Amino acid sequence: MDLVVIGAGVVGAACAYYAAQAGLSVAVVDRGPVAGGTSGAGEGNLLVSDKEPGPELELARTSLRLWSDLAQVLPADIEFEAKGGLVVAEDGEQLSALREFAAAQARSGVTVEEVGPGGLHDREPHLAPGLAGGFHYPEDAQVQPARAAARLLECAGRAGARLFLGEEVTAVTTTPEGRVSGVRTARRRLLTGAVVNAAGTWAGRIAELAGSYLPVQPRRGFVLVTEPLPPLVRHKVYAAGYVADVASGDAGLQTSPVVEGTPAGPVLIGASRERVGFDRRISAEAVQRLAAAATGLFPVLAQVRVLRVYCGFRPYLPDHLPAIGPDPYVPGLFHACGHEGAGIGLAPATGLAIARQLTGAATDFDVGPFDPGRLAEPAGVSPRNGN
Amino acid sequence: MTGSAADGTRGSGGPAPGGYDLAVIGAGPTGLAAAVTAADSGLSVVLIDASERPGGQYFRHAAPGLAPRGNPVHHKRATFAALSARLAAHVRGGRITRLPRRHVWTAEESGPAAGPERWTLRHVPVDGAPAAPTPADGIRVTRARCLLLATGAYERQLPFPGWTLPGVVAAGGAQAILKDSGALPGRRIVVAGSGPLLLAVAVSLAEAGADIPVLAEAASYTGYAGRLGVLARNPAKAVEGARLAADLLRYRIRPRTRSAVVRAHGTDRVEAVTLATLDRDWRPVAGTEVRIACDALAVGHGLVPQLELAVALGCTLRTAPDGTPAVEADDQQRTDIAGLWAAGESTGIGGVELALLEGRSAALSVAAALHGSVRGRGPRAATARQRRFADLMASVHRPGAHWPQWVTQDTEICRCEEVTAHELRQAHELGARDARSAKLLTRAGMGWCQGRLCETAVTCLAAGGDGSAPLAPARRPLSCPVSLQDLAESAPASGPGPATTSGTPGTSGSPAL
Repeated sequence: MDLVVIGAGVVGAACAYYAAQAGLSVAVVDRGPVAGGTSGAGEGNLLVSDKEPGPELELARTSLRLWSDLAQVLPADIEFEAKGGLVVAEDGEQLSALREFAAAQARSGVTVEEVGPGGLHDREPHLAPGLAGGFHYPEDAQVQPARAAARLLECAGRAGARLFLGEEVTAVTTTPEGRVSGVRTARRRLLTGAVVNAAGTWAGRIAELAGSYLPVQPRRGFVLVTEPLPPLVRHKVYAAGYVADVASGDAGLQTSPVVEGTPAGPVLIGASRERVGFDRRISAEAVQRLAAAATGLFPVLAQVRVLRVYCGFRPYLPDHLPAIGPDPYVPGLFHACGHEGAGIGLAPATGLAIARQLTGAATDFDVGPFDPGRLAEPAGVSPRNGN
Repeated sequence: MTGSAADGTRGSGGPAPGGYDLAVIGAGPTGLAAAVTAADSGLSVVLIDASERPGGQYFRHAAPGLAPRGNPVHHKRATFAALSARLAAHVRGGRITRLPRRHVWTAEESGPAAGPERWTLRHVPVDGAPAAPTPADGIRVTRARCLLLATGAYERQLPFPGWTLPGVVAAGGAQAILKDSGALPGRRIVVAGSGPLLLAVAVSLAEAGADIPVLAEAASYTGYAGRLGVLARNPAKAVEGARLAADLLRYRIRPRTRSAVVRAHGTDRVEAVTLATLDRDWRPVAGTEVRIACDALAVGHGLVPQLELAVALGCTLRTAPDGTPAVEADDQQRTDIAGLWAAGESTGIGGVELALLEGRSAALSVAAALHGSVRGRGPRAATARQRRFADLMASVHRPGAHWPQWVTQDTEICRCEEVTAHELRQAHELGARDARSAKLLTRAGMGWCQGRLCETAVTCLAAGGDGSAPLAPARRPLSCPVSLQDLAESAPASGPGPATTSGTPGTSGSPAL
């Protein structure tokens, strides 16, 4: 086995897909089903609009190109849709901040267009009146994340990848010299020289099993799902405050409305952020704030019923950047995790980068800023050296 | 304290400042028994239920002016009459406040254990505005020191080809309609599925004048025979069984064990069913099929505890012997969360006698916790005996491993989203292993019923066709649909506040924008 990927979410699936395409023999192991973690708890955002110029924006742009290539190859049920994003400002102050942000993004190659207050309703007829204006990002897109992960794995399977679901990794074994030698589950032992940690929010535990360290923490979010509706919301529409919330390191509850329709009819309403561990209990405050903010943006939704609420745990790293590449302590261990709320969008470029690193090929995009080595272990934690 | 004057349904006693002593969710047998027992002990109680009138699914009663025809299909009439009288007296006396026509969509721990504001319940009116609104209809938030989940159960359905035809009805549903309005789903009704409810349903339908050509029970009752000791220690159950047996005989109903309806036939409506003999794992035995003409089919495979609030609160659950999840409660009905009790079907399907006992136990335990009293340990021995019998029944009626064999590829499994067995089997191939991952890949369970109707089948097909796969507790953090406006107007739990807070319709603002 050239490679064992731990995690059958969309990032693990993309790693397996590109590695199998590159001719590597791959196994994917997950303790649960496909997309059983954060991949199954998000909206499937492929966004450039919320990212400031820098390495993550570059990774997102690369990934978006890869997603549109994948949409040609994978079955249509992954529901890839370049629906576009619309960011709205409620007052002049927010609008000028957005304008400055958009101008910097445009200099980095993002396509963005200012929409005046009158033009907002041409694009989104049901938006509340009185908004100051907004910006349209035609490149923002969406996929159905669970199906995207399943279809990537299916393709990887056709190229020879093997899938072991419902098997929890109990050990990452190493040679006396400290190199990765395989993984163990309750049912089998897989021998390999390379392990990719794509365990998402639970990646810290895998790093620990392998004798290393990765400070991934859960950042909880709630999504409200309405009853199916005729098309009311055309874009992904969100308020200016969202960008600041995404970038914030605050542990307390933050909410900003993100509203979008889906091909099946329900409208999805996010986004909340808080660091409260793996607590699945509903937060009435988060739900109340999301509902109030969404009906503020789209008053037409007031009488619409929410059928369900679900929560997910974004894999949060302190600097908001993913960890992509070799572990600094354990040779043969690679990380592909910590993408926070952008994992679906960033998955293909992550998978491609990992496959290239494993085959010794170069990438035409810079993954240096995502080097896991930047995440120095805190004092008192000393990673294991061999066993 | 504010709110009591506007409440309208509260008597002069009223709750202690800061909230009620006990909130009971569900006014079926469990909730009724608990509420009146707690009120007898001097507690202030709020009883919240989705129905207009108390009684739950079991103590159903005809709407005013609609008397059931023939013999009363009301069981335990005297018990219900007595509970109703005690309830009415306590409502008059101000010990019990009723909040009917409410769905509690979430319960939150919002204060210190046993403190005055430990529990905050948020609720919405069922089906919009009532015909005759009262001031209480505006109440959206209720606070209480202790909380009892008496949320009951809903029917388990296993699909088969033709189960979506008009005339195919839920067994318990058919009985409920009969109790409510005296209406029968047909003249010649096949009763099929599994569980003791089928016997009562068949007798009810026959009493009301229906012809019951066959009662098909998928399990083998010999499972009981091996545990006769349990039955001997439950004489009431033996008597009930004997009475049912006599009724079945009187109406010439032939129970056929190890049999199942494996297909319903018809174009606009069910016209006939195919009955097959099953092996011990519920696999249809080839060559045993017989066709039986009918104009209705009442079908059900037992009950599933209704656990939305328990799951949302993070209670420890157990898998009951029938494969359904149930709240783990101790011999006083305490859960592992301080201040939270659960009783009746939510702690495992056990029937009305057990529900009444557990409701009473829970109330006495709450009273002891709040007052430090040691009076009345509750009917623990009887409860334990009945619970053992319930567990025996549950194990007998657990679906067998091979029932999915009667599901054809084009059988619609999720009726809300029109997902077929074929699509679910494909989802398994793609890596679905449980109901949640199958839902994400196929949309099965995403519709109006939120999977309540299809969850058993989806679970089994996602598990690769294992018909006895245990049902995982569904995560439905919102226990019922709620409008965005109602959600937006639900006040935060933190900080001091009145016992009950009214919604303020028409003030939906956009503070977070």
